[in-house]
Amino acid sequence: MNRSLERQRNILDFTLASLLRRKGKNLSLLAIYIFIVFIIASVTFFTTALKREALLLLSEAPEMVVQRLSAGRHDLISHDYAEGIAAIRGVTAVTPRLWGYYFDPTTGANYTLLVPPAGTAVPGVVTVGAGVARNLGLAADDLLPLRSYRGESLLYTVEAVLSSESELIATDLVLMAAGDFQQLFNMPPGFAVDLAVSVANPRELATVAGKIVERYPDTRPILKSEILRTYDAIFDWRGGMMIVLLMAAVFSFLVFAWDKAAGLSAEERREIGILKSIGWETGDVLLLKFWEGCAVSLSAFCLGVLFAFVHVFVFSAPIFAPALKGWAVIYPAFRLTPEVSPLQLAILFFLTVVPYTVATIVPSWRAATIDPDAAMRQ
Amino acid sequence: MRRSDLFAIFLLVCTLLFVALLGYGELRQERDQAGREGNARLVRTLGLTDLALFTEARYTRHLSQADHHAPFQDHPLALEHFPSGSMVSPPLPWRRPL
Repeated sequence: MNRSLERQRNILDFTLASLLRRKGKNLSLLAIYIFIVFIIASVTFFTTALKREALLLLSEAPEMVVQRLSAGRHDLISHDYAEGIAAIRGVTAVTPRLWGYYFDPTTGANYTLLVPPAGTAVPGVVTVGAGVARNLGLAADDLLPLRSYRGESLLYTVEAVLSSESELIATDLVLMAAGDFQQLFNMPPGFAVDLAVSVANPRELATVAGKIVERYPDTRPILKSEILRTYDAIFDWRGGMMIVLLMAAVFSFLVFAWDKAAGLSAEERREIGILKSIGWETGDVLLLKFWEGCAVSLSAFCLGVLFAFVHVFVFSAPIFAPALKGWAVIYPAFRLTPEVSPLQLAILFFLTVVPYTVATIVPSWRAATIDPDAAMRQ
Repeated sequence: MRRSDLFAIFLLVCTLLFVALLGYGELRQERDQAGREGNARLVRTLGLTDLALFTEARYTRHLSQADHHAPFQDHPLALEHFPSGSMVSPPLPWRRPL
């Protein structure tokens, strides 16, 4: 046992010395390898954590939202619809919702204006999200000027700024009273933007949705399960940005594999020839190459994954932020809660370490089985 | 010290760091629990339906509430031109027993 372990250690010593002899080439290879693992691991960590966050938060979303469509587009819905839907068996509550978008021409930002359904908002007073406050430099008791759809300039007192912890869901929110909302958007009374519908038995949601469409063919019910599925499909690997990242990683691996599978350099072949002529067996040479592949890929895996964890969960993925922000003026500052499982690490390990190690072994086996004299003369 | 020992120490340190990461993840989950509950309460109270992740266009701000094929609503040949649009899958087919 000890002799076998000692043999492995000797070969590993030789492998590391051999790698260090070609320091420049191997370090640059390692750096690129670490970067590829870092990108793949960062994407995996970020998307998993964000999807988990969306699932946890949006499981509290309304069970069903009913929109009215007009000429194929979302339109205002009359309170009469709410009464009709409330009469459907199984429906426990129908709450008209008032929300909309306000484009601020001075900063180019889009705000989401929302009336709290509980009707707790005080007229003339607003509560703003942390992103809105940051964008406009607002604090409690400041004034928020908005221009109404009639062209009037309206001033609202900022009562409070929502906590920075809520940025992921509320960074661009402006909460206001129903009367203020209707005045700002010149909206007729008796109408809502959509309806939030609660159902006694969640298993009846699809049936109730069917009845709503049957009774009001111009409506579009959106179930909570559909909301959750929307966020489950976000950052899908087929999406533009994701496929660019994945293709870059796959092509880099192909270059690695090609470099290895295309054969060893003349210097490496001569080295194998010398080793065989001084008594190394084919198995020893293969072990040497196996340890070489392991040393490079394990180091790249460990460092790449560690850097990715720090990048995503400590520094909030600054490399992805410009792409996620796009042309938006308001972007939530949020820190994702780590969601890393041993299974996730195992998948990353098999995706990154195994292909490289295998690609190292195959050409080495070909080189290790040739005549040492021929290998040294090449 | 032999190079193989140094490499073994490196791997051991990395393994310990991995375990520390998993532990840190657990710790952060506990620490973030209050914030998560607060956010869930806000979603429930305000009836929110979407994350405020992409505020650049109305159909990216409320992904679940947008019209189907929203990027094409300006004119039939309009192409999606917001970067966030490339991270979102096309709307799911709306199939429900009627």
